[in-house]
Amino acid sequence: MMPVRISPSSLREGRWYEYLVRFALGGGATVFAGLISSYFGASIGGLFLALPAIFCASATLIETHEIRRKRQAGLAGEQRGKKAAALDAAGAALGALGLLAFAMVFSLTVTTSISGAFIGASLAWLVVSVAAWSVRRKTRVVRRRASIAHRVGGSALSRSR
Amino acid sequence: MAEYVIRFLVGGVVVSAFAMLGDLLRPKSFAGLFGAAPSVALATLGIAIYQHGATYAAVQSEAMMAGALALAVYSVVVCQLLVRARLRALPATLLSLVVWLVVAVGLLKLAGGAT
Repeated sequence: MMPVRISPSSLREGRWYEYLVRFALGGGATVFAGLISSYFGASIGGLFLALPAIFCASATLIETHEIRRKRQAGLAGEQRGKKAAALDAAGAALGALGLLAFAMVFSLTVTTSISGAFIGASLAWLVVSVAAWSVRRKTRVVRRRASIAHRVGGSALSRSR
Repeated sequence: MAEYVIRFLVGGVVVSAFAMLGDLLRPKSFAGLFGAAPSVALATLGIAIYQHGATYAAVQSEAMMAGALALAVYSVVVCQLLVRARLRALPATLLSLVVWLVVAVGLLKLAGGAT
């Protein structure tokens, strides 16, 4: 079973200015992509549709929230903050495969049907991203089980000697 | 000017919506998928179709494939900088933007898109 869950308490951890920063970065990235397209053409501009500008803010916020949570519990939290941001980056790498699928489906279908291109490409992003995440998770579980079995087998062997 | 104000507002709303969705979801690796959501793309491609037509948007989305592959490389580099080099999130994500730019432009040149 997939352990994905909704955690509404995470929204309460955010501060109003953090949402404002993300709104401004999102708006800024969209304006920037438009400016690049008008000065350098559609091809160069298209690259910037996958610009990780918002990711910088998201990863920093995740790290800050984790550190804040650990400090409230009387711990340093820097290491935990970095780990949380690294997990987010690992997820983004898989999401990027979904983004590739989005671009592929959109470029193939937009000249035929505009609404179909948006729906199809968004679905392709969702399906490929979730599938990639699911495969990675299963692979990690299998690897962890094999490693535990190896360790248990090793210690049983040394005890029998 | 009005065009850029609309771009800013549409981009801000779409990006914030995906970011909040990512905040709501757990585990963190799953929420990270939303860090690579097509938020800027949805806003920009919609405006591109309205202004220049479907063919223009098709060219943009073809080039976006190189950007998406570069984003995958970028995310792996950020992950390594955080875990192995022990950098903080802000310097790690900002430094890696150079990697994104080099890989994205390199892939576009290889595909013959920037000529």
